[in-house]
Amino acid sequence: MMKQVYLDNAATTMVHKEVIETMDAYYGDLYGNPSSIYDFGQTAKKAINSARETIASVINAKADEIYFTGGGSESDNWAIKGVMAANRKKGNHIITSKIEHHAVLHTCEYLAKNGYEVTYLNVDSDGLISLSELEEAIRENTVLITIMFANNEIGTIQPIKEIGDIAKRHGALFHTDAVQAFGHVPIDVKEMNIDLLSSSAHKIHGPKGVGMLYIRKGIKIDNLIHGGAQESKKRAGTENVPGICGYSKAAEMAMDSMNERMSYVSGLRDRFLKKIPEAIENVRLNGHPTKRLPGNVNFSFEFIEGESLLLYLDMEGISASSGSACTSGALDPSHVLMAIGLPHEIAHGSLRLSLSEFTTEEDVDYTIEKLIGVVHRLRLMSPLYIRRK
Amino acid sequence: MYTEKVMEHFRNPRNVGEIEDADGIGQVGNAKCGDIMKIFLKIDDKDIITDVKFLTFGCGSAIASSSMATELIKGKHIDEAVALSNKAVIEALGGLPKVKVHCSVLAEQAVKAALYDYAQKSGKVIAGIEDYKPDEDVHDYDDEQL
Repeated sequence: MMKQVYLDNAATTMVHKEVIETMDAYYGDLYGNPSSIYDFGQTAKKAINSARETIASVINAKADEIYFTGGGSESDNWAIKGVMAANRKKGNHIITSKIEHHAVLHTCEYLAKNGYEVTYLNVDSDGLISLSELEEAIRENTVLITIMFANNEIGTIQPIKEIGDIAKRHGALFHTDAVQAFGHVPIDVKEMNIDLLSSSAHKIHGPKGVGMLYIRKGIKIDNLIHGGAQESKKRAGTENVPGICGYSKAAEMAMDSMNERMSYVSGLRDRFLKKIPEAIENVRLNGHPTKRLPGNVNFSFEFIEGESLLLYLDMEGISASSGSACTSGALDPSHVLMAIGLPHEIAHGSLRLSLSEFTTEEDVDYTIEKLIGVVHRLRLMSPLYIRRK
Repeated sequence: MYTEKVMEHFRNPRNVGEIEDADGIGQVGNAKCGDIMKIFLKIDDKDIITDVKFLTFGCGSAIASSSMATELIKGKHIDEAVALSNKAVIEALGGLPKVKVHCSVLAEQAVKAALYDYAQKSGKVIAGIEDYKPDEDVHDYDDEQL
């Protein structure tokens, strides 16, 4: 069989077998509904409450500040729509950045169409927002600042504590989309003054379709999903008990391994960051060289286009991702690569490799070896490269 | 997402490269949109395309469309080549996803642009491309029948 190298862990991750075992129990013998009063239902109730404790401990929150949802996008939607609706008396202004995930950007665009005001902060060429620009953007009617913890494409980690301090000083609420950061880098919602935080289970070797929103005690927020009394009457719908328990197991494992894993994965990342520019000419690193997620590698290869790069890599057994327009069917390349100032043709040639604890040094070297050949092959086909010669 | 034929032409593209002393060269598309195709033609005194090569910056279907277009016009008379339609390229490839139809349009246009260049250089008039101008933006191209 051909070697398979999975380098798309920012898209989703392999579910830990311990997580599957945990979930199996709640799909199988322990299938009770947590809202039922008999013991069988209460067993499930206890399981999700224990999961709440575990998940809360990852970010130094309290268990009753964690609300389970159907995933990161729901959490982002809820945080933004719910906070804006509940605080209408205070104002209608949101501050976000140009490089947010679409779950945040499209929610803000939706609100802008419905009478809310949105400021989109710029980022520099490394993908960092400017704290002074943020501070200047805050107005009397600013209700919410929503800035992602770490970017899903280029891996840049924002100065979260500083943003939290600014928000607190100006009386604005601070939400962060931490889908790529949760369980990967240390997060402390108290120390960082984070009021709301979104996370998703499947980015930390947990199941798809489950996530959570941390809502600091006392924050006013309207419901997004109306119905039954689940999640302290804030998020209706019978709980995804197996998903929540699997999420908890994944979070527990992420906590236990975090320090060791960060150093291992960032070591592999830095091997890519060092070796790719040594081996291939005309490449550009996208994202901050050091303030970046341990598992994120993102390069642009001049003169070639990302989709063909991905397809040729796939033929070598390597799964990766690109910000090229052609991978999404859109006309423009990724909004993140545009926001950091890449010209279109360079943005079209981007490649994201996202690593995990299952990535090996051998995988890295195999990928670099194949990448050299594939980039060369595509360049020999490219009129942009041939003209340059 | 792609047919086996598209993948086969993508994996093993035919006629990649340049022709140093080409009789006609056509380039269409732009880097901003993420695809550029350049076609080189060698044409004999009977107006037969004896050789054709291409260079393409673009996605999988752009490379496959270029490869297929060159195969379809190689050895053909210029009057046949000028009639090459994007639909013929799509058919020969066994279909293209709707969002990739513009790649076949680029291939058709690259062939026409190269033939127009030949006509200009040789002082000939090729019926159908007397006043040839590639469309400004083929990305808006849409065909409900496909």
